[in-house]
Amino acid sequence: MAASGKDLVLEGITKRFGDYTAVDDLSLHVPAGRFFALLGPSGCGKSTTLRMIAGLEHPTSGRVYIGDEDVTATKAHQREVNTVFQSYALFPHLSILENVAFGLKRKKVPDAVEQAKAALELVELAHLAQRKPAQLSGGQQQRVALARAVVNRPHVLLLDEPLGALDMKLRRQMQTELKTIQDEVGVTFIHVTHDQEEAMTMADTVAVMNAGRIEQIGPPDELYDLPATAFVANFLGKSNLFEATVTESNGDWLSLSFAGTTTGLAASRAVQTTGTIVAGIRPEKIIAAPAGQPPASAGSGWAKVPGGRVTSVSYTGVSTEYEIAVQGLGEFTVFAQNLHSTGFTEGDQVDLWWEESNLFGLAGDADTEAGIEEV
Amino acid sequence: MSTAVQTSAEEKRAWRLRGRMGMLLVLPGFLFIVVFFAIPVFSMLSMSLYTQPEGAATGVFEPGLNFGTYSAMMSTYWDTFIRSFGFALIATVAALIIGYPMAYLVAVRLRGRPLLQGLLLVVIIAPFFSSFILRVQSWRFILADEGFVVSTLETLSILPEGTRLTATPFAVVAGMTYLYLPLMTLPIYANLERMDSRLIEAGGDLYASGSQTFMRVTLPLSMPGIMAGTLLTFIPAAGDYVNAVMLGNNVNTTMVGQVIDSRFFQSVDYPGAAALSSVLMVIILIVVMAYVRRFGTKEIV
Ligand SMILES: Nc1ncnc2c1ncn2[C@@H]1O[C@H](COP(=O)(O)OP(=O)(O)OP(=O)(O)O)[C@@H](O)[C@H]1O
Ligand SMILES: [Mg+2]
Repeated sequence: MAASGKDLVLEGITKRFGDYTAVDDLSLHVPAGRFFALLGPSGCGKSTTLRMIAGLEHPTSGRVYIGDEDVTATKAHQREVNTVFQSYALFPHLSILENVAFGLKRKKVPDAVEQAKAALELVELAHLAQRKPAQLSGGQQQRVALARAVVNRPHVLLLDEPLGALDMKLRRQMQTELKTIQDEVGVTFIHVTHDQEEAMTMADTVAVMNAGRIEQIGPPDELYDLPATAFVANFLGKSNLFEATVTESNGDWLSLSFAGTTTGLAASRAVQTTGTIVAGIRPEKIIAAPAGQPPASAGSGWAKVPGGRVTSVSYTGVSTEYEIAVQGLGEFTVFAQNLHSTGFTEGDQVDLWWEESNLFGLAGDADTEAGIEEV
Repeated sequence: MSTAVQTSAEEKRAWRLRGRMGMLLVLPGFLFIVVFFAIPVFSMLSMSLYTQPEGAATGVFEPGLNFGTYSAMMSTYWDTFIRSFGFALIATVAALIIGYPMAYLVAVRLRGRPLLQGLLLVVIIAPFFSSFILRVQSWRFILADEGFVVSTLETLSILPEGTRLTATPFAVVAGMTYLYLPLMTLPIYANLERMDSRLIEAGGDLYASGSQTFMRVTLPLSMPGIMAGTLLTFIPAAGDYVNAVMLGNNVNTTMVGQVIDSRFFQSVDYPGAAALSSVLMVIILIVVMAYVRRFGTKEIV
């Protein structure tokens, strides 16, 4: 079957419920056949955005295009879009096969039942075709919901946290399956999740959403390597953020001064290049070394922050996570791979080292706590 | 091993105790049913077989096994039975057609507007607050020859000049439909109210228009409510008495309830009345069982 995916374009869509703005002037363009992930904390408007694409909710303002067609005013059943609902929403009175054939039958596809059977094969549930949804496990229901949506070969497939209810192992397995299915059917996938790992491993493009707006869009590695806001820096993985002042700028290289130390920063990696900015570095890009002993890899282009004291050590097997307090700067998180059997213990005096090219710069007024998930 | 045996013995004892407690709890209900249902049914069945001794005064009967009463009653009143069940069927269907949209409106369309929902629910139940004799009586006024309804329909030429609605089968069926409407509407409402609106959304998402979603998703899912509503309407309607007496005539609206009444109080024919009641009960039982078998179990999800 030919690839059926089409471009999806949202143009400045806003959705208000009363005077609460759930989605705020959101624009985005997903090219046909992409695996696009919408990532954000609970209540940020992900489901509302999906529902507007599906036609289950109508935007207060803005337009929705599928392919070249403006579908803003059309109803859900007129859109070549299908949804895998967060709650599955399988029809309890219909068998699994009837559930999967439902959409095709409404579209009067002649071999609806055969196609439905094929879709059940795809998700490896053909043997349960005659059961009712209540007789299936959560993971199986989830796969039926997926088959029920995919079988229609929609232009855009919307997945609203479809793996949310599954345990870790099944989740990983389903992620791989989803990815395979997407490759096979070539449909444009919009996958909503608040699991950053899921978004990063599955999607070609990730959009990080916060409070009804998109903070940043890009390939997962780019977002991780070069976050543009404190929210993205903290929500996608962990970051060490600290205030620093730009003391010198020679075109594409900046010098920063903070807490009596200096570091370099590539101007291309900084959102703001003058005055006081917020600098950030990922925990695995910092090397902690015993005070006064530079690590072997350090050389030119490395910055050193002296005067750290280890305040907590969490051993996770592959790596160890250290919390290191630095006078005048606060806590730094450092991930160290356990290459050697000896690590630091609480109270050890250490220096922190990083390669300056790994640093990124955010706007000076960034809230360094934004996007840190309350556990 | 031994501990396992021990626990299970202990468990068994606990279970037995709990079982006995359960018995105690159902006892009052059980007694109630025996005293007020089983005994009367039994006495009704036996009364239907009593015989009247030769030359005894009216109303004097003695125990016997006279099955002849049944054939005598049925050969006289078979058409009344057919009429009763016909009226009940029409009233049930009419109540379903009127009640379902009301229930649907309140339960599905007005979701998220509790105030309006509550208000309309009260309107649906409100008739129960007044005496049902009064309500049936009011239908006599509504359908009166000089009443608003008849004159309007005549002016609009929907009814030919000089038509009567009072004392017609129409009046009786209309009265029954109205009287039992809440019994139809409330179970359907309760059922639709619990329905997951996301299923309706899923229907729309899967290319089903509003009416298709209704036919394929909402309606089948509300079958248990329809079952309950139709049974709650049909059973009392088949045995109805009040509507037939107050809104009917003596020619073509007589229902089984009236015949039983006249057998009992006017003819003082206790076995005849008992036989009619028994037949009515058995027919209702058979109809209900056939209905539940046909439509019931399949829909239990
Ligand atoms: N029908 C509605 N009426 C009023 N407010 C709503 C409605 N639907 C959503 N909201 C609000 O809009 C905001 C965004 O909701 P949405 O369901 O899109 O969040 P989400 O990002 O999908 O969250 P989650 O990850 O928890 O599913 C929430 O604050 C929610 O309370
Ligand atoms: Mg959601």
